[in-house]
Amino acid sequence: MSDDQNTKPQTGPQTVIEVRDLVTHYGPRQILNGVNVDIVEGEIMIIMGGSGSGKSTFLRHLMALQRPTSGTIKILGEDVWKLPQKKLFELRKKLGVAFQGGALFSSMTVGENIMLPLYEHTKLDRQTMEIMARMKLEVVDLAGFEDLMPSELSGGMIKRAAVARAVIMDPRILFFDEPSAGLDPVVSSQLDDLILRLRDAMGMTICVVTHELESAFKIADRITVLDQGNILFVGTVDELHNHPSERIQNLLNRRSEEAEIDADEYLRRLTGDKEEAEGMPR
Amino acid sequence: MAKGSNQNVAARFFDRVGRSSVSALEEMGRHGILVVESLYWLVVGPRMNQPVRLGAVFAEMMEIGVRAIGIIGIMAAAIGAMLAIQGIHSLKIFGAEGHVVFGVAFSMVREFAPLITGILVAGRSGSALSARLGTMKINQELDALEVMGINPVRFLVVPSLLASLVMVPVLTFMSMVLGLYAGALYVNAALGMSLAAFFDQTIDVLSVDDLMHGIGKAAIFGALIALIGVLNGFLVKGGAEGVGKATTRSVVQCISAIVITDMLFALVATF
Repeated sequence: MSDDQNTKPQTGPQTVIEVRDLVTHYGPRQILNGVNVDIVEGEIMIIMGGSGSGKSTFLRHLMALQRPTSGTIKILGEDVWKLPQKKLFELRKKLGVAFQGGALFSSMTVGENIMLPLYEHTKLDRQTMEIMARMKLEVVDLAGFEDLMPSELSGGMIKRAAVARAVIMDPRILFFDEPSAGLDPVVSSQLDDLILRLRDAMGMTICVVTHELESAFKIADRITVLDQGNILFVGTVDELHNHPSERIQNLLNRRSEEAEIDADEYLRRLTGDKEEAEGMPR
Repeated sequence: MAKGSNQNVAARFFDRVGRSSVSALEEMGRHGILVVESLYWLVVGPRMNQPVRLGAVFAEMMEIGVRAIGIIGIMAAAIGAMLAIQGIHSLKIFGAEGHVVFGVAFSMVREFAPLITGILVAGRSGSALSARLGTMKINQELDALEVMGINPVRFLVVPSLLASLVMVPVLTFMSMVLGLYAGALYVNAALGMSLAAFFDQTIDVLSVDDLMHGIGKAAIFGALIALIGVLNGFLVKGGAEGVGKATTRSVVQCISAIVITDMLFALVATF
């Protein structure tokens, strides 16, 4: 892994995503507690954290899919929740997302899935759209699969087809939700290479949510670590490795942090006395 | 002690009733919002480069309407014949079998054709809509549409709503014709009345109002089926089990809504 791969781009990078004081609740439960992050143009930003750290919710905010309780999210300079609907649609055309399970439409062929954004947002003729879809399938090494249904593809192929659909409009920002989840190490590594290729060839800003450390270290320019709804760390891979925080070292070394449980409170929790057990660590 | 316990039971009962009422009101509100949103996309969509695609509407019409012709035709014919059988059997008591045409014509056109069509479309398409949208939701396909800048209501709901609004009345008209024809065949076999005489009497007794009563009701049933099916699909939670529950809920709600609307319609129309 080269040094320059894991450093922030140096040539006056422009901030493409700016998150300020982001707070989110699910009912009474606070998920994000005032998160601040900047993502700059052309970088690969990895968002990491344990289960329940709020990283998936954070990604939904970055994709403008979920309105926060408070705080602002600016994407390409636009405050997403203050935009009129038409402008929000325009903004969304500049974003691409490869969802964890692919989210391909099961009633359409792979080719139709990839062409859908073109069909909806452009006036291109069918033949041009088909050529573009084939070009993107070439990029993700799925040439010739355009007539298959998503159910006929393997897990890795579905993820690559989802990437082809995500990049069909040449977005400026590309999001990946757990790209390595459920894949074997070889396929997972191929997908990492694809992410790097996309950034290098198309100059996209890429934001990846993952908990796969190996994959994260391979592709990251910078890493954001979320912990219980707070930003624990933002920086390069080297800075992460050398960080003194015990929580971060536990995360890197896959050590679990088990909170000490008071015996009386544990008993109360077992017997279902919820009010008494409210203060218990979960 | 017993008094306190009774009070608790009463409090729990009223609590449950209150919650159910609020939840029912909330659901009605959601249906209202969905209708407004659908109308909004139908009217404003083209100006926002988000038109409702005619191709999608025709595909839904094919699914909701054309593919249901067989089963609805058979059911309508069976109901028409059943009305004729029961009609003759009942009227025989008064020696008035010849008046069976009145019963068959009114019942088929005003009640049974829209009702049986609505119930069958609800069972076939209302449940399918819930299952399809629910599965799309848990597979993040709805999120994918949003992120692609494609509004799910415009892309998925409006075509289903339009198709249902058009196809349920069309299928109802078909049910009326087939039901009357089956009834006429039985009357011909049982009483020797010619088909021409049966249909002459039918045209004499029926007015345009009767026809519109049946067709108008069918349009309302069509809208209810699409809205209930879609809303249950959108509200799916919790994976495959959630999809199953939403599908069942959708069929039960659709049929209940159809029967209650039918009763209200009859009440208002005959007042």
